[in-house]
Amino acid sequence: MAAINRDDVAHLARLAHIEMSAEELDRMAGELAVIVDSVKSVSEAAGDDVPATSHPIPLSNVFREDVVGHTFTAEQALSGAPDSFEGRFKVPAILDED
Amino acid sequence: MSTDAILSFEEAMEKYDPVLGFEVHVELNTKTKMFSSAPNVFGDEPNTNVNEVDLGMPGVLPVVNKTAVESSIKIGLALNCKIAEYCRFARKNYFYPDTPKNFQTSQYDEPIAYDGYLDIELSDGTVFRVEIERAHMEEDAGKLTHMGGATGRIQGADYSLVDYNRSGVPLVEIVTKPIEGAGSRAPELAKAYVAAVREIVKNLGVSDAKMERGNVRCDANVSLRPHGRERFGIRSETKNVNSLRAVEHAVRYEIQRHAAVLDSGEPVIQETRHWHEDTRTTTSGRAKSDADDYRYFPEPDLVPVLASREWVEELRATLPEPPAARRKRLQADWGYSDLEFRDVVNAGVMDSVEETIAAGASASVARKWWMGEIVGRAKTADVDPSELGVTPETIVELNKLVEGGKINNKMASQVLDGVLAGEGTPAEIVEKRGLAVVSDDGPLLEAIDAALAAQPDVAEKIRSGKLQAIGAIVGGVMKATRGQADAGRVKELILERLGVEG
Repeated sequence: MAAINRDDVAHLARLAHIEMSAEELDRMAGELAVIVDSVKSVSEAAGDDVPATSHPIPLSNVFREDVVGHTFTAEQALSGAPDSFEGRFKVPAILDED
Repeated sequence: MSTDAILSFEEAMEKYDPVLGFEVHVELNTKTKMFSSAPNVFGDEPNTNVNEVDLGMPGVLPVVNKTAVESSIKIGLALNCKIAEYCRFARKNYFYPDTPKNFQTSQYDEPIAYDGYLDIELSDGTVFRVEIERAHMEEDAGKLTHMGGATGRIQGADYSLVDYNRSGVPLVEIVTKPIEGAGSRAPELAKAYVAAVREIVKNLGVSDAKMERGNVRCDANVSLRPHGRERFGIRSETKNVNSLRAVEHAVRYEIQRHAAVLDSGEPVIQETRHWHEDTRTTTSGRAKSDADDYRYFPEPDLVPVLASREWVEELRATLPEPPAARRKRLQADWGYSDLEFRDVVNAGVMDSVEETIAAGASASVARKWWMGEIVGRAKTADVDPSELGVTPETIVELNKLVEGGKINNKMASQVLDGVLAGEGTPAEIVEKRGLAVVSDDGPLLEAIDAALAAQPDVAEKIRSGKLQAIGAIVGGVMKATRGQADAGRVKELILERLGVEG
């Protein structure tokens, strides 16, 4: 069984900005441990001759020429914003802990 | 805001040995962004150079800008790095409104360039080798403006406004290995290193390299250790150091601050510091904490970059001569002393001098004009010397007029003024302003006789062999002819008149 404890989950939840109750933390610690174990079995299946891969399709060098394409207007860019001011996204003050 | 205690720089140096490290971010000047086809342009209306990729909308697919990869490889090569045959992009996860995706696309353990070095020449000619750990590709973040609060700083702001035009602009982050052994030259080295990186990327043509626009930005790491100890001390990382002068000052200040902390027996806190140009001090940012757990993982939307050796060699073949090598070559070609050459470089006229020599002037003539006449005028006009409006051809023509005896140096200076005032070519201005040197000996001899008569004691001195006294007579003649005489010819005539061998 992988060692995922409650503190690890709390830490991850904080990093991911997910609010979790004490019960959820307890439950998730157990579930994550199972998931990590399951994933681990993949590395047991792959031998040393199978390189780690981050992409399912063996492609490389998919590039775009440096040619300007389409853009949004500021109105379009801001159309989904909860709040805006003078053509810019308006967001709450950040880093209030400082 | 409390003020940190500092030691004098000298005392800090007596007690401690500084170790430096730099992260320099270079914005590439590609036409489009790193992963989107939106334009990479500075200074446009907010949120107009964006599309769905830059705004991190769901389901969009980034595509790598080939030119940006080539520029990154060129930077790597210019920094004497190895170029990775295989590398990937990675997601650096964090929540902050400067990136709408909640991650920055960067590179983690597979930078495109690694293991390089840069030889930095200090002002006295000492060469210091800075080892480069890596140079990796990533994207810039959006620009936040903090509103409300007292100072426009992030602390106490009521809200922030975000412009994503800069979001996705291609960046290359250049990271040094720890730099040891700089000693009291550390601040100077810091400035010289950033200047060298800026010069290289500008010379490569891959960045506009304007620090005032944030094209080149520096984070400076400083730590101190007692002399003789191998283990590094705890470092601080000063951000927002965005001019060459600020780099030097920030490193100097942090050395002094660390020294005071260590002297007090306290440990240095590993933290981010913010540089303040107004007070030339740093203040504490946030301490390194688990907020820096970025959970990097390979970017699943982008495939690996393979840099074949053929491609790398093709790019290497396009590299211009490195700036330092070029300077060495030019100084040798021109025969300038170290001091003369440094003055030319510092005045920002090296390229202009080179062009002027290419146009046909001798090295000394080119220097005389640029340093003696043009730099001063440019300063008065508050423009770059190269932007004053003097062409190499103008200088060559002016010099021909002087060497041909048509005008003297003083007149040449007036002709230059005429050229800058748009009065025409040097020859036309000589004509229009009636500036030709008086070459008819008649009026000269008259003026010489008058000057000798006015200063009989000087005339006597010259007769008795004190030739250095001749200046007073020449001066009198020049005054009488309103500067329109050829001083060399005047001298000859005076000696003739007095029957003295020159």
